[in-house]
Amino acid sequence: MAPRNPSAAAPMARYSGIAMLLHWLLALALACVFCVGLYMADLPFSPQRLKLYNWHKWAGMTILGLSALRLLWRLTHEPPPLPTAVESAMPAWQRAAHHGTHHLLYLLFFAVPLVGWAYSSAAGFPVVLFGVLPLPDFISPDKGLADLIKPWHKLSAFALAALVVLHVAAALKHQWIDRDRLINRMLPGRD
Amino acid sequence: MRFLKPLSLAASLSLAGLLGATAAHAEQKLVPAQSEIVFVSKQMGVPVEGHFKKFDAQIAFDPAKPETSKIALSVDIASATLGVPETDAELPKAPWFNTAKFPQATFQSTSAKALGGGKFEVAGQLTLKGATVPVTIPVTLTQSGATTTAAGTLPLKRLAFKIGEGEWADTSMVADEVQVKFKFALTGVGKL
Repeated sequence: MAPRNPSAAAPMARYSGIAMLLHWLLALALACVFCVGLYMADLPFSPQRLKLYNWHKWAGMTILGLSALRLLWRLTHEPPPLPTAVESAMPAWQRAAHHGTHHLLYLLFFAVPLVGWAYSSAAGFPVVLFGVLPLPDFISPDKGLADLIKPWHKLSAFALAALVVLHVAAALKHQWIDRDRLINRMLPGRD
Repeated sequence: MRFLKPLSLAASLSLAGLLGATAAHAEQKLVPAQSEIVFVSKQMGVPVEGHFKKFDAQIAFDPAKPETSKIALSVDIASATLGVPETDAELPKAPWFNTAKFPQATFQSTSAKALGGGKFEVAGQLTLKGATVPVTIPVTLTQSGATTTAAGTLPLKRLAFKIGEGEWADTSMVADEVQVKFKFALTGVGKL
């Protein structure tokens, strides 16, 4: 049967193995840290809450570190360009949204944990990674500043979540509506 | 009320007698505004600092004869604060300080000795949340003008006093050791 999409016959250039690994690892980590954050915020004062708050911070710092590695990799390893057929099938606003979403995602990968870290420091709770490695306070304890920063961690986290939903929706649109197999770029395998 | 004057005179005379007041010990006072009692606990590795806002001390200390000294400290437990309203609301509860039942913590010295160089060791009984434990407190004295500052750190095991009971007894959540850092500004102490 002749393929519906002429580009389906051409091999799909993929992302590097490292890029794929970091993508899926961080996708999972971000989903988990977001859910823990949502759940823990409503808990009553208890050892369970203390534990979850600290796990959330450790996960956030690990994500920050991995995101730095990811950015470094991204800047030194050009991702595969969109196949011409796929690109020409996308209206200008969609191409802008494609690039814009990815740029904003990268921005928030750093903004969200950095704001969280700043809030923790300002609130007087330095981050001690895995309970053993004290991280520096870039912000000194300051109640007023803590109150100012507090809503921004939640807001930026929700913005990141919204962009993730958009990103997933767009990927599924390419997969189920356009049927251009774009998702294969981020999946291991051979064409 | 005529009887109050002789009564208060008798009271202060007996207090002076209790403290073994001599010329060397006369009029020694704590300056609360320049003093502090800070405690630092570790919550999953994170240092969390609190302090007591109200405390008082009766001091009779002679640097030349430290073994004659008598130090009595009394701390208002309800004045404890960690600076976070939500956590402060937990402190007076039964699993923590149980402030309603044990409103004061006290220290009564039993002996003191000089170690040289302004360093002293004060031994005594510490009573906290109803438990009395013998402690030896290292104290360093420094003098500036009329003020003598007595400072030191006493590590305490919170579980020995049942502070943080039940679900909070888990030392991986809140470490057993709590550092109590004190700084007392005193007036009327003789030359070191």
